[in-house]
Amino acid sequence: MATFPFELVSPERLVFSGAVSEVIVPGTEGEFGILAGHAPFVSTLKPGILTIKGEGAAKKLFVRGGFAEANPQGLSVLAETAIPLEEIKADRLAQMIKDAQEDVEDARDEATRQRRLTFLEALKSAATAIEADARHAH
Amino acid sequence: MASLKELRNRIASVKATQKITKAMQMVAAAKLRRAQLAAEAARPYAVRMESVLGNIAGSISSGPDVPLLLTGTGKDETHLLVVLTAERGLCGAFNSSITRLARERALSLMNQGKTVKIFCVGRKGHEALRRQFGKQIVEVVELRANKGVSFADAQVIADKITSMFAAGEFDIATQFFSRFQSVIAQVPTGQQLIPATFPEVAPAAAGAAATYDYEPDGAEILADLLPRNLAVQIFKALLENGASEQGARMSAMDNATRNAGDMIKKQTLTYNRTRQAMITKELIEIISGAEAL
Repeated sequence: MATFPFELVSPERLVFSGAVSEVIVPGTEGEFGILAGHAPFVSTLKPGILTIKGEGAAKKLFVRGGFAEANPQGLSVLAETAIPLEEIKADRLAQMIKDAQEDVEDARDEATRQRRLTFLEALKSAATAIEADARHAH
Repeated sequence: MASLKELRNRIASVKATQKITKAMQMVAAAKLRRAQLAAEAARPYAVRMESVLGNIAGSISSGPDVPLLLTGTGKDETHLLVVLTAERGLCGAFNSSITRLARERALSLMNQGKTVKIFCVGRKGHEALRRQFGKQIVEVVELRANKGVSFADAQVIADKITSMFAAGEFDIATQFFSRFQSVIAQVPTGQQLIPATFPEVAPAAAGAAATYDYEPDGAEILADLLPRNLAVQIFKALLENGASEQGARMSAMDNATRNAGDMIKKQTLTYNRTRQAMITKELIEIISGAEAL
């Protein structure tokens, strides 16, 4: 299968860099898979699970906030948070959800509230997916 | 002339100081390496962010739905100066050169009749600016000393700035920090944050940008990314500052150690001279006493 260069970057470091065959990215308007030779494309991210398929087992990471950029040179995903699923702690997720919940309550206008609500929903569904994944692994 | 005991004490005290400065220098060297690594690790993110934003901003630079963070309010009445300094001193001219640059900018803006607001990050900058600009300082953020900066710190600062901007408290924001060039050279720099500026995109890259698909559309992506970019720019500046601080401290402490060495040498010389002079004096006394008999 054709591979393409992929980079996952967080502000603090380069999380992943290498040739992969497919990456599934949680985009704001739905998840999408990127294969080699994708058309130039930019999308923002929703909190969720990013799956990297290459040689060996698929790698899954929790990503939050940022964007994905596909161009002829490859795909780069910039995420404010990128944590491998096996390293993520349940209490940390719970804290994130709690913070997001408070943000929703603090929102001053309807548009902000709506945006934060969507964010919270995405976070919750990501948390469920992560739990399911953990059960699956054991 | 100081007595022998006094001289001995003085030498001992300088030696103790030298030990401290030497230790600080070595600690700074170790921290500098870490700070440089952190700064380098953060570079890819900032570079990508800039190029993507530059692309999008280039393709939709006008229109009513372009966020104000990019275009600015169209006025330049109120300026926000974000002054990034260290938490600790003993690092040569590091803090003072940043605050000097900020102070000069603030004074020249005030002379032009603009309103100036100051946002201090770091204890040292606040201490230095407090007396002269007590009224202008609107916000102070202190970073936890002794720990490397994390993206969360930058996020907190960026959030404060964006909410101030949303409330219409200023028109133009500029950040002041020290760009790290080498251990001996740190350049205090001012960088405009709002409205956002991007380095010119190379023509070839700009051509490729036109064919990008955006999801959601470009304006929405911009609205999402510009606040993030602000945090990234601040984070980058904080990291540069961290490296500069350690570099400045390293060379300052190196100087201090060398000065202490010189002082010890000089004092030891005086000490030995005095000691010999005393011995000679005592001998003369004994000999002349014996001769008198």
